[in-house]
Amino acid sequence: MQSTNVDDPNYFHKVVDCQWACPAHTPVPEYIRLIAEERYTEAYMLNWDSNVFPGVLGRTCDRPCEPACRRVRTEEKPVAICRLKRVAADNKGDVSAYMPAVPTAKNGKRIALIGAGPASLAVARDLLPFGYEVHLFEKDAKGGGFMRSQIPAFRLPEEVLDEEVERILDMGVVCHFGEEIGSMKTLMEQDFDAYFVGTGAPRGRDLELLGRQEVDDYIHIGIDWLSSVAFGHITEISGKVIVMGGGNTAMDCCRTSLRLGAESVKVVVRSAFEVMKASEWEKEDAMREGIPIINNRPPKEFVHENGKLKGVLFECVEPVRGEDGRLRYEPTGEPDEFIEADHVLMAIGQDNHCPWIERDLGIEFDKWDCPVLDEVTLQSDNPKVFFGGDSAFGPENIIWASAHAHRAAISIHLLCQGKDLKADRPPEGVNLLSTKMGVHEWAYDAEHDASARNLVPLVEHTTALTNIKVEVELGFDEALAAQEAQRCLNCDVQTVFAEKLCIECDACVDICPMDCISFVTNDEEPALRQTLTAPAMNTEQALYVSTDLPTGRVMVKDEDVCLHCGLCAERCPTNAWDMQRSVVHVPQLGSFAS
Amino acid sequence: MTFVAKPKVHHPNLPLNELGLTRRDYEGSVSTLCAGCGHDSVSAAIVQACAELSLPPHRFAKVSGIGCSSKTPSYFLNKSHGFNSVHGRMPSVMTGANLANRELLGIGVSGDGDSASIGLGQFAHIVRRRINMLYLVDNNGTYGLTKGQFSATNDKGSTSKKGAPNLYEPIDLVSMALQIGATFVARSFSGDKTQLVPLIKAALKHKGMAFIDVISPCVAFNNHNGSTKSYEFVREHTQELVNADLIMTHPEVTVDYAEGSREDVSMPDGSTLRLHKLDADYDAHDRVGALNYVQRSQEQGEVVTGLLYVDPDPVECHDIMDTVDQPLNELNEAQLCPGSAALADINASYR
Ligand SMILES: Cc1cc2nc3c(=O)[nH]c(=O)nc-3n(C[C@H](O)[C@H](O)[C@H](O)COP(=O)(O)OP(=O)(O)OC[C@H]3O[C@@H](n4cnc5c(N)ncnc54)[C@H](O)[C@@H]3O)c2cc1C
Ligand SMILES: Cc1ncc(C[n+]2csc(CCOP(=O)(O)OP(=O)(O)O)c2C)c(N)n1
Ligand code: SF4
Ligand code: SF4
Ligand code: SF4
Ligand SMILES: [Mg+2]
Repeated sequence: MQSTNVDDPNYFHKVVDCQWACPAHTPVPEYIRLIAEERYTEAYMLNWDSNVFPGVLGRTCDRPCEPACRRVRTEEKPVAICRLKRVAADNKGDVSAYMPAVPTAKNGKRIALIGAGPASLAVARDLLPFGYEVHLFEKDAKGGGFMRSQIPAFRLPEEVLDEEVERILDMGVVCHFGEEIGSMKTLMEQDFDAYFVGTGAPRGRDLELLGRQEVDDYIHIGIDWLSSVAFGHITEISGKVIVMGGGNTAMDCCRTSLRLGAESVKVVVRSAFEVMKASEWEKEDAMREGIPIINNRPPKEFVHENGKLKGVLFECVEPVRGEDGRLRYEPTGEPDEFIEADHVLMAIGQDNHCPWIERDLGIEFDKWDCPVLDEVTLQSDNPKVFFGGDSAFGPENIIWASAHAHRAAISIHLLCQGKDLKADRPPEGVNLLSTKMGVHEWAYDAEHDASARNLVPLVEHTTALTNIKVEVELGFDEALAAQEAQRCLNCDVQTVFAEKLCIECDACVDICPMDCISFVTNDEEPALRQTLTAPAMNTEQALYVSTDLPTGRVMVKDEDVCLHCGLCAERCPTNAWDMQRSVVHVPQLGSFAS
Repeated sequence: MTFVAKPKVHHPNLPLNELGLTRRDYEGSVSTLCAGCGHDSVSAAIVQACAELSLPPHRFAKVSGIGCSSKTPSYFLNKSHGFNSVHGRMPSVMTGANLANRELLGIGVSGDGDSASIGLGQFAHIVRRRINMLYLVDNNGTYGLTKGQFSATNDKGSTSKKGAPNLYEPIDLVSMALQIGATFVARSFSGDKTQLVPLIKAALKHKGMAFIDVISPCVAFNNHNGSTKSYEFVREHTQELVNADLIMTHPEVTVDYAEGSREDVSMPDGSTLRLHKLDADYDAHDRVGALNYVQRSQEQGEVVTGLLYVDPDPVECHDIMDTVDQPLNELNEAQLCPGSAALADINASYR
């Protein structure tokens, strides 16, 4: 194998599994260390810098970082990365002193943002410190987008959302609330320097089944129903409720129904439990509240009598894994199952929908009605028009909206300066700083903490179910947070190898608790992976390969399950190993960290 | 010396041996030796060998004298019996342990100071008595623990860290062991586990006195340019002679070596000791030939390593003394005091 090029910023970035998996590349281990030191305000600001909504995300993030967390591979349960973020938000002090300065003298460029969801808000935040005049157009009366209209208050209290939305608006956004953009063409007549479309994926899917039209009053599109609840137009639901669908929207619909007085709530899913779109923890939350999830039941017909819904008829299928490894569903032969219902909530997906963008503006759309975009710059075929968040590539989540926003903001800035959106983009970078403080002292807590993941305390069950505004999770208190923070392995403190110093004494091989290090004859990667002290089976994880050593062998470190405990560096007689903190520079406009 | 304790967590795919234990279950407490000390690699090799052989940790007696090397039994097999004795006296304690309980697996770890200086007499006699054990010397050519004086195995002319030459002839423990009656004699290098681990496995399976001289660099006091026991010097001057492999069940599985020849020796437990001779003419069962070969190579400044001599039909102390098969510490009162009638018979036999 070629020796590893550790100057490539992505090499060490990838070792920090959580940060790499985070769409906005939040520096997770760094903020966890700040929490461990009770420096909550700094921890909050580090998050705010990269993901913009730490208080919201600390409660609602889809957390792609957690399944990626190295701790999953070393002992099953990830660090509670997301809920630690909430700790920073809950305990922070006054952040005003940390806010970026916004110049009063503007730079003369005017930017239009359409839709006030997380994507547009984050673009506004990135652009304002550079003197842009930012106009935000939103059909609703307040900002927040789906964070306000969809995510129920028992998961995200309104005050938390308000605080983080207002923080951005207060930076000097020119707000046009209650203004629905009905024509892009008309808007473009105002001749803004750039347009950012952050209008989300607002159309909930429907299902044309037998009986659908006859019982229209009893069938509700999940996301429309949730926003009616959020805005107080719907305050109750009676009788028996069926929620159709297996995603996170379904989970919010069923838990909301329970709180609005439904007699019973059932979630019915066409596919198997394991392949449901909802995240593990959302399924757990629903089931903990006593909501049954019924799987392998594709719907057939709405059964009604005298114009009133009676229930839904479902087919009984079972999943069979085909030779191609895919799941297929075959009828079990059992009779169709009838489930009684007074209301059905449809939570079977959302689509992009921009009828207000005329198709003659040079903005191309594909057959799914998604705009054709450059993935890096998020620029459409009309060079002044950018998309981000759910409107770009279909429904995602808040953290992706933030990540898109950073990219789009860089593009808009480059465009307004007359620069090339690709060639002039700031590159990614990485800095390494040794953490060695003394003979056996490191600037981080190297000791491995073997404790199990801490559970987030919850509010008492009946209180939770009687009031839709009561937040279910109480969050970690400071003591629990400190314990949970200790579980982080500090994956950003990298093992850096200096081949020139190595005397091949094997000390690091012998001490490494995880059998990460080997001195072997070099080979092609697949063969090399087999010859290591512990075969490196996880091909997703890199091998760190040195140049040839004096004995003709190479040092190979499998990054997979390294605890970043620093024992290799402690044991090395020549300091050929050093523990160095990597700071990844993710290109971002107005990052106060860079 | 490491201050951070080695975490208990281990690689998720670490194999289990026949006893359901992982290699980590054969470790000891965390070493307090200097970072990079060859002795730690030897301990790691012992751990690996014992784990791969699926030997029960609690059936070991690990005994040592004084020195950095003699500290190492704390760093492996922490579930076994241990005795850290006085300087140079490991052989006495091990002899006692072996006589009392012949079923214990004996590992004696000593240093070149411990065995070739203060303990030379003890060394000679335990070898001569052929106690069934692994006698392993961590040979660094120096008194590591007392900060780097020349030891008796230090080569004449090699220098101290400050540059002063050693004026005396070295004692070669391998030659002595060959001469006095060890039935398994090997030399290896702490920096070459590929060779060392199989040798330790073979020695543990050998029924009799197995001696291994392991050159084990002292990073603090004897790893400089004028040393003949540094990582660099040993790597440059090693001549591998006979590598060993212990094949537990399937002797038909072979590794083909490019040069030399192959020879299989049957072990008492049914396993096979496979010798890979890099010099096809070398006879690993010729005590005198081995002695000559080792001495001649030494004169040429070469360090021969590998399994230099093995007696395929070894005799050990209990055979010589014709003791009962049952460990002496298990004999009960009735066996030990057969009664006055038996005493009368014995007395009568002397009349
Ligand atoms: C039920 C549900 C629960 C969810 N839960 C989570 C969660 O827990 N965690 C998570 O990370 N994500 C969650 N999501 C997804 C997340 O809300 C979205 O991915 C995210 O809000 C997308 O942000 P956005 O800025 O692209 O658009 P949106 O948040 O959808 O905002 C778009 C805004 O544009 C406005 N708008 C639309 N058209 C016009 C127009 N023509 N003129 C003016 N304004 C317009 C809308 O009113 C809206 O305010 C959930 C989604 C749903 C449906
Ligand atoms: C009776 C006695 N004499 C002298 C000493 C001092 N002493 C301790 S260790 C040692 C030498 C150890 O050398 P070696 O066996 O080679 O071990 P190393 O530390 O090199 O591994 C000496 C002389 C002692 N402890 N006891
Ligand atoms: S252990 Fe910590 S740094 Fe490593 S992946 Fe998990 S959260 Fe990130
Ligand atoms: S930091 Fe070093 S010793 Fe610790 S697990 Fe990683 S490679 Fe092994
Ligand atoms: S401990 Fe240091 S010198 Fe020894 S092999 Fe490892 S990296 Fe090389
Ligand atoms: Mg010594």
